[in-house]
Amino acid sequence: MNFLLAAAASAPAAAPAGFQFTPALGMFLAFVLVTLGITYWSARKSTGASNYFAAGRGITAWQNGLAVAGDYMSAASFLGIAGMIAFKGYDGFMYSVGWLVAYLTVLLVVAEPLRNAGKYTMADVLAYRLSPRPVRAMASLSTLTVSTFYMIAQMVGAGALVKLLLPGVAYEWAVTGVGVLMIVYVVFGGMLATTWVQIIKAVLLMSGSLFLSILVLKHFDYSFVKFFEAVGKVPVAGPDGTIVHKDFLKPGLIFGLEVTKGWGPIDLISLGLALVFGTAGLPHVLVRFYTVPDAKTARISVVWAMIIIGAFYIMTTLLGFGAATILTPANISVENMSAPLLAKALGGEIFFAFISAVAFATILAVVAGLTISASTSFAHDFYTNVLHHGRERGPGEEVRVARIAAFVVGAVAIFLAIKLQTINVAFLVGLAFAVAASANLPVIVLSLFWKRFNTAGAVWGLGVGLVGSIVLIILSPSVMDPSGKGLIHAAPWFPLKNPGIVSIPLGFLAAWIATLMSNDRTSETKFAELTVRANTGLGSEKATAH
Amino acid sequence: MPENPNPDRDLTPDVSAETDVARLGHSSPPPAHEQTADEDADVVDWDRVAAMEQFKALLKAKAAFIVPATLFFVVYYFALPVLVGWFPELMEKRIGPVNLAYLFALSQFFMAWAVAFVYLRKAAKFDEEARQIIARLDEPKGAKPE
Repeated sequence: MNFLLAAAASAPAAAPAGFQFTPALGMFLAFVLVTLGITYWSARKSTGASNYFAAGRGITAWQNGLAVAGDYMSAASFLGIAGMIAFKGYDGFMYSVGWLVAYLTVLLVVAEPLRNAGKYTMADVLAYRLSPRPVRAMASLSTLTVSTFYMIAQMVGAGALVKLLLPGVAYEWAVTGVGVLMIVYVVFGGMLATTWVQIIKAVLLMSGSLFLSILVLKHFDYSFVKFFEAVGKVPVAGPDGTIVHKDFLKPGLIFGLEVTKGWGPIDLISLGLALVFGTAGLPHVLVRFYTVPDAKTARISVVWAMIIIGAFYIMTTLLGFGAATILTPANISVENMSAPLLAKALGGEIFFAFISAVAFATILAVVAGLTISASTSFAHDFYTNVLHHGRERGPGEEVRVARIAAFVVGAVAIFLAIKLQTINVAFLVGLAFAVAASANLPVIVLSLFWKRFNTAGAVWGLGVGLVGSIVLIILSPSVMDPSGKGLIHAAPWFPLKNPGIVSIPLGFLAAWIATLMSNDRTSETKFAELTVRANTGLGSEKATAH
Repeated sequence: MPENPNPDRDLTPDVSAETDVARLGHSSPPPAHEQTADEDADVVDWDRVAAMEQFKALLKAKAAFIVPATLFFVVYYFALPVLVGWFPELMEKRIGPVNLAYLFALSQFFMAWAVAFVYLRKAAKFDEEARQIIARLDEPKGAKPE
């Protein structure tokens, strides 16, 4: 497998620069060729359900750590957070902290029990001692909702990015291209191809960010003192157009009390809650733990992922502050372009092309992960277990349905992303996290640790968490905006952009009350079995022999 | 097995018999003839394991680490938005080339890594406990050692 990494690392350098393409397009095509090669290789190995859905459970700890990082670090965090720091300084950095800390919940609470007690989806764990059909139907609905929201945000972002990076390529073509590629990876290559696309993306992203960080430090003669001195006086345009120098280490430009009429800190706490509890409920992250041979490997892979993700977010401060000090906000056209433009200024045209290609790779790896988790949940939870009572009507039916579902999900995502082109959909990422934290996480935790928990509790917890998050987002300033930037032109009814602080307690409360209101006690009989399985790994799914 | 004298009639009894068919979608255990090979072999007596002192001790030891660790990181993390949001003067205090706010945000990364590494070491002990429990399970049946 080493040759793949070697190929991935050398591919961008070997890409045809120039010709009638720009270097950025050339490097992107090189990435596409390598990943299609991997898909071809995976397609020949991906026979049988556990190979297709879980890469034969043969992914090693460091590979899965890289893949989790590649699955998770979206273009929103690469370009978005770097841009936020470049324009708003410290608050952008504070925003990124939660994305790493969230993995402690994954590590301490969900990764191991999930690996031990489940097969392909998070609903497997819920269905263990609860009535499988209603619980799987709701869990599948929630999974599809989270994945679709997140995917649309990513694809609209991809289209917008292409406009900036490759001016010759139309939005529709960019979105269709990204969509078709992710469909090809998932339909033909299954989880194995998706995993390797994510691994390569993580390696590219980390090496690109590392190199750019070093260039930033070199600009300041490798002196952190000089660097932070510059960060202390970033020239920005004042209200009357004159240049004023702002201390970018000073908090408050995004979430400060004055800027947000007092709601900022609460909004930030609410976002933090959605991150810390939502990451452990994101279906595309959770399915990754089924690709490793056992719970111990799952645990070590989370720690690998934490090292990579943490290092990345620390580097975003160098990129963001670097863009703020070296380029200054006045010279950056669009916030999201901060990192690529910094690369152009410090590393020239070829490095700009490389960073642009990394941004595409980033989007592709994330949407492929979302597509496979959505299609797995549809095929395994909804089609096989809800519609057909847990029985395949023919050999390979579940995989076939998953492939069709991946195609449909991809096509719908392309369609919606083209339709929503002009709308700011960044809030959909927040919505995905809010739903994961308010609907998925409460029922996962309660079903693992609360003996009395029952089917009614799970169905209501999932339902209220899902609907509550969506309704609160619709009433929030992200959607209701009197200035016309949102979907609805009106004053918001709910003051926070992030609903987590209300919707997460709602989800838990609904699960708790519905459990106590129901007399159903059958779920208690299998609690001992679930606890033993989750904590010892007895009877867990084994890796297939290669 | 005797041949069915009347091929048009299904001889399966309707209710409550040994050979009754499990109702679909219900969590009651399936009748013996419907059990999977895994269940049939009765690889694990789950209730017996759950009742073992050693297993209870394992659960207790896990909770004794995971609950305080989770509380610690949640409090440490949410201290950041609380302090920065409502005590900005304190957080803007300069320390060397940076300020307290930046150092505290940066420390979150090292906090997360530290908790993760401590957990890795603890979990190695939990794994060993679990291995012993599984090994003891095989004893009465005289299973072969691994």
